[in-house]
Amino acid sequence: MNELEYTFAVARIRALEASLLTDQVIDQLVNSPGEKQCLELLRERGWGDGGNDLDAEEMLKTEEKKTWEVIREAAPDLNVFDVFSYTKLYHNLKAAIKEVCTEVRNENIFYDDCEISGEEMLRIVENKEFSRLPGKMPEAAQDAYDTLLHTRDGQLCDVIIDKAALEAIYAVGQESEDEIIRNYAESTVAIADIKIAVRSQKTGKSIEFMRRAMAECESISIEQLMKAALSGMDAISEYLSGTSYSEGAQALGDSPSAFERWCDNRMIQTIRPQKYNSFSVGPLVAYLIARENEIKTVRIILTGKQNGFSDEAIRERVREMYV
Amino acid sequence: MSQLGIVYALLGAAVAVFLAGAGSALGVGIAGQAASGVMAEDPSKFAKVLILQLLPGTQGLYGLIIGFVTLSKIGLLGGGPVDVSVQTGLLILAACLPIGIVGLISGKSQGKTAAAAIGIVAKKPDQFGKAMLFPAMVETYAILALLISFLAVSAIQV
Repeated sequence: MNELEYTFAVARIRALEASLLTDQVIDQLVNSPGEKQCLELLRERGWGDGGNDLDAEEMLKTEEKKTWEVIREAAPDLNVFDVFSYTKLYHNLKAAIKEVCTEVRNENIFYDDCEISGEEMLRIVENKEFSRLPGKMPEAAQDAYDTLLHTRDGQLCDVIIDKAALEAIYAVGQESEDEIIRNYAESTVAIADIKIAVRSQKTGKSIEFMRRAMAECESISIEQLMKAALSGMDAISEYLSGTSYSEGAQALGDSPSAFERWCDNRMIQTIRPQKYNSFSVGPLVAYLIARENEIKTVRIILTGKQNGFSDEAIRERVREMYV
Repeated sequence: MSQLGIVYALLGAAVAVFLAGAGSALGVGIAGQAASGVMAEDPSKFAKVLILQLLPGTQGLYGLIIGFVTLSKIGLLGGGPVDVSVQTGLLILAACLPIGIVGLISGKSQGKTAAAAIGIVAKKPDQFGKAMLFPAMVETYAILALLISFLAVSAIQV
């Protein structure tokens, strides 16, 4: 698509960027004495639905909704953003398969703001109408469904669907003309692979398990990563230090939460040049990622406050902001 | 043959107005989209973004000036058409080209720069003065082209 098609949308996003949370606001939130004060501060910044109720989860949900509303209104082509709802879409599939196979119904386990809502997904799985699913989802759905029915192994079912989600994200990235989508897909898959390697190493999983879980990507060799995971955490760090994820290796040495934080910060650093781009889809994608990062950080702070974590412990986990 | 001369001269006026006007239309259109984007979120910035949107509009006016001078030169604005040789007609056409071509290119470029400047105003309204300078820089080249077209059309004897 002609990059000039995004002129309206980018200008709108520029105006909205002024209301994104800065590092100073995040600092203020961390320094607030309690959850209530945090919520008050957020409400002053326009968060929530403007009502007097201060419910943390409701506020975060409203913000997520607002972000997608802006993108839906401003973007001339919404297909570009499908890749960002893949995680939710595949989560819905995973949840629906488990509900159908275990014949147990749970409330609020589905995302409704994606291509196929929870209810619809449940119907598809119940009737085994997997062909109604988009892309390569039908194969993964059938495989995961059969696996769960035969083995009753929930983790294996998760692994199959998570890998399919990663492959779908990567495929979209490869086909995309926009560099930011390609970078997003590459980073998402590579970081997911690294996380799988770390967790597999800690839980002593086999190479077969890792092979089933990891998705191919360009910046990481999964063969080498799997071998490193079998040798130990130091081997993973050593392998990563030779890739573009070398800082991640250092974070990995510090703590699992430092690594998670590094993953998100790296994404923000990748999208930061979009602040100076006046055309193309880049700034819209960057805004979406920045908002998700912001909401995640606020969730971390609020959860920390609810559970009485020290300011220091919370500060260790907060992410860098986009603006 | 003399009729062909005036056709060339008129073509010159048309090129100046058409190309420079198209440049401005593109530029003002691009900047207008950006201005609407900001207005959708923050209507208080109307005056500032409107000024930036109008900046690429000048190329069209420059083309219009050269068009007027040319029409007046060949007597189409009053007094009846003068006798223009083919050579003179072609000279007038050539004289009109700078503002036509530069107007088209600079109009679009200025529109893109104005859209970027509107982005600055959206985030930092206090930087409006500086933001306006960037698209204004593009104007220099439209003015240079206007100058040459004006001098050339004026210097041609009919």
